[in-house]
Amino acid sequence: MRWYWIDRFIEFHSGRMARAIKNVSLAEEYLHDHFPGYPVMPNSLVIEGVAQTGGLLVGEYNQFRLKVVLAKVPHAKFYCEAVPGDVLTYTATIEHIHPHGAVVKATSHKGEILQAEMELVFAHLGEDFNNRELFDPGTLTHMMRILRAYEVGKAADGSPLKEPPEETV
Amino acid sequence: MLTQEEIYQKVREVLVDALAVDEDEVKPEATLVGDLGAESIDFLDIVFKLEKTFNIKIPRGELFPEDVLTNPEYVKDGKFTEAGLAELRKRMPFAELDQFARNPLVQDFANLLTVRDMCRFVELKLQQQEGQASA
Repeated sequence: MRWYWIDRFIEFHSGRMARAIKNVSLAEEYLHDHFPGYPVMPNSLVIEGVAQTGGLLVGEYNQFRLKVVLAKVPHAKFYCEAVPGDVLTYTATIEHIHPHGAVVKATSHKGEILQAEMELVFAHLGEDFNNRELFDPGTLTHMMRILRAYEVGKAADGSPLKEPPEETV
Repeated sequence: MLTQEEIYQKVREVLVDALAVDEDEVKPEATLVGDLGAESIDFLDIVFKLEKTFNIKIPRGELFPEDVLTNPEYVKDGKFTEAGLAELRKRMPFAELDQFARNPLVQDFANLLTVRDMCRFVELKLQQQEGQASA
């Protein structure tokens, strides 16, 4: 089982910005109980989807050589609910990138309507973790492939985004 | 070069933003951990925000020389040795260490930095940067 909270990328500009969509569907189990008779997507899962959009963007910048984890959500504001039938568009922009991590600013839109905005801090896990695997090799590039990042992605020079060499991921 | 007051105002904005505290809580003598409630992950956020605000680079270990803590020459029985304190003074010229040096317990080290120390840290970084640019 994988923890996917986005359906596909529609834009991916290496080191800069990524945009992904999430289709909210009543077929998703969590909506049956949250809440009974009043299905609404929990805001924490919107944050998770935005963090996946931004986290893959930050990870790709380093060719997935560094282990990226969501460390902090300094700000998150929600303006309206996400409900079954909505298509959320998550836009994540790298504000600052550093050897220890990155700051990402992000929004979630329902069509033209701003649904949420937030700031996320990602950390690169230090050397203590470098010998420990968080993911099976190739998991993140597999995720990028499933989410069609390599179909729409652009490298920093504007050329099509390529998968990193296998031995690095 | 920014004045000390300008640096203080900007550091204050960074801390208000990163730690979700009120502006009037951020006084020069306030400690980041004890008074402002900073947790370890907040220091990452603070470092990123300082870099962006002041256009400086802060390498790992510069604000908190963590390696000193694990060096047996510098730390014995949960306390910094004389050599350890000398190393801290060398590595942290921005920090007010005199009071800490009276009873230099490792467990108190994390609560050492004050808002004033942060301002001094930024000031030194900006001076260094200016020195490098004119060299």
